[in-house]
Amino acid sequence: MRENLNIFTKVQVAAPDYAGVPIGEAEEQRVGGIYHSTFMGRFGDAQIGPIYLGATGIASIITFFIAFFIMGMNMAASVDWSPIEFMRQFFWLTLDPPPAEYGLSFPPLWDGGWFLIAGFFLTTSIMLWWWRTFKISQNLGMSNYLAWAFGSAIFLYLVLGFIRPILMGSWSEAVPYGIFSHLDWTQNFSLRYGNLFYNPFHMLSIAFLYGSAVLFAMHGATIVATSRYGADREIDQITDRGTAAERGALFWRWCMGFNASVESIHRWAWWFAVLTVLTGGVGILLTGTAVDNWYLWALERGMVP
Amino acid sequence: MSMLSFEKKYRVKGGTLIGGDLLDFWVGPFYVGFFGVTTAVCAILGTALILWGAAQGDTWNVWRISIEPPPLSYGLSLAPMNDGGLWQMITIFACGAFGSWMLRQVEISRKLGMGLHVPFAFGFAIFAYVALVVIRPLLLGAWGHGFPYGIMSHLNWVSMIGYQFAAFHYNPAHMIAVTLFFTTCLALALHGALILMATDPKRGETVKTGEHENTFFRDNIGYSIGALGIHRLGMFTAINAAFWSGICMIISGPFWSESWPSWWNWWLELPIWS
Repeated sequence: MRENLNIFTKVQVAAPDYAGVPIGEAEEQRVGGIYHSTFMGRFGDAQIGPIYLGATGIASIITFFIAFFIMGMNMAASVDWSPIEFMRQFFWLTLDPPPAEYGLSFPPLWDGGWFLIAGFFLTTSIMLWWWRTFKISQNLGMSNYLAWAFGSAIFLYLVLGFIRPILMGSWSEAVPYGIFSHLDWTQNFSLRYGNLFYNPFHMLSIAFLYGSAVLFAMHGATIVATSRYGADREIDQITDRGTAAERGALFWRWCMGFNASVESIHRWAWWFAVLTVLTGGVGILLTGTAVDNWYLWALERGMVP
Repeated sequence: MSMLSFEKKYRVKGGTLIGGDLLDFWVGPFYVGFFGVTTAVCAILGTALILWGAAQGDTWNVWRISIEPPPLSYGLSLAPMNDGGLWQMITIFACGAFGSWMLRQVEISRKLGMGLHVPFAFGFAIFAYVALVVIRPLLLGAWGHGFPYGIMSHLNWVSMIGYQFAAFHYNPAHMIAVTLFFTTCLALALHGALILMATDPKRGETVKTGEHENTFFRDNIGYSIGALGIHRLGMFTAINAAFWSGICMIISGPFWSESWPSWWNWWLELPIWS
């Protein structure tokens, strides 16, 4: 039994540095050096770095830190620049969007202006990072599944902080930057629109979120459980099926009467994860714009017990 | 035919936990075994009781059907069938079906020479369910603390419990669980996408290699956890999402009965601030 567990890598081969698949002149953008960590090697791959930065990568990191810095300085100002109070109240600190009376106009810096500027830089950072995922796939001759999955997450982000506030006519609708404050926003949002649990797109999003956890538990466990047959070499198992793929498939066939293939399980995975954010974004987008009260919406359709 | 082209050589005797080779056979694609029988019995009886409970109720609208747990006044005793006893029976059969399903996964794993990772992981999903309908009601002293079996009614229950604690998002175990669910979803998207990017590349490109997978993630974020590592990580985050979901409910009530926002006062009152 114990030799089947394979939770940790017990015997590590000390591999030479590997800079990555050759990509011609673009290789100059790979920076940061290469390190090997025996500790990381126990769980995953021992090599750390290099990273491909390029102009967009550097711009993305800089804009992210500008956003981060603006949030931090506003929070520090809210506790009168006391480092102790900053730590003590950290979870409660927040950079809030402007009050509703400013609508979509630009408010004074201290009354939501900094919030909009931070949001601008954070969005710029995310978009630049998105562009990088296309660029890196292109360098390697790979397709863009990851970039489009990231795009669906960006859709949810933009709905929350950009598209829906514009449709509602006020930046005050955006989500605040803060640990507890964004949790409060979530609860108040649900209360204001008659309980988001009655929103069918919220239902779908939750189902896909839980489904994603179920799928990854099933898939991760299946691969680790058949790793001694080489199941983790999934590309090989897809192009030239071996006993690892056959055992993994038969496990689920015998268990629940149906099995995916090594390729198709990754399509299930991709769609479940992507639909979590897509349906979630649609649910938020409709709230307050098309539907004012999800409880009444469900009541009118005979869904409420 | 329900048998795959390569399946015949894998259909061997042995690996059962109980009953020897008495029930060691297949029906269609399904493996049976002792626990296949107990799963079927529990699942059929539980489903039949749900249907019977629905027939006692006033609606066949699938959103509104609900099997309610007994009123709190019954405490931990058995309730009459039409006053929560049905819920108790269904809960027993559900636990029986889930447990049997897990043991059946153990038998299939043994048959196929696999590790027991799948039933181990499923055990945590069962724990999350049992935490809600058995452990927490036991600790609170009444089966009435379980959640009702119905689509909208269980959502109402979740809302109600959440507002009992003013703001459930402040529950630290709930924070951990939600973070793990989001992380699992993110990691699943990244992993699924990466495999498809390598094996379903752009038109005219050949299928890529494991080195391309590693290189993509090193180029992108400076680290690639590797082909085996991502499955360990995904299994770990998914299992923990279920585990902390169970924990966040078990502590709500039995170990903390005030509002969850006020729980955080300990942080504000730490002696290091003064």
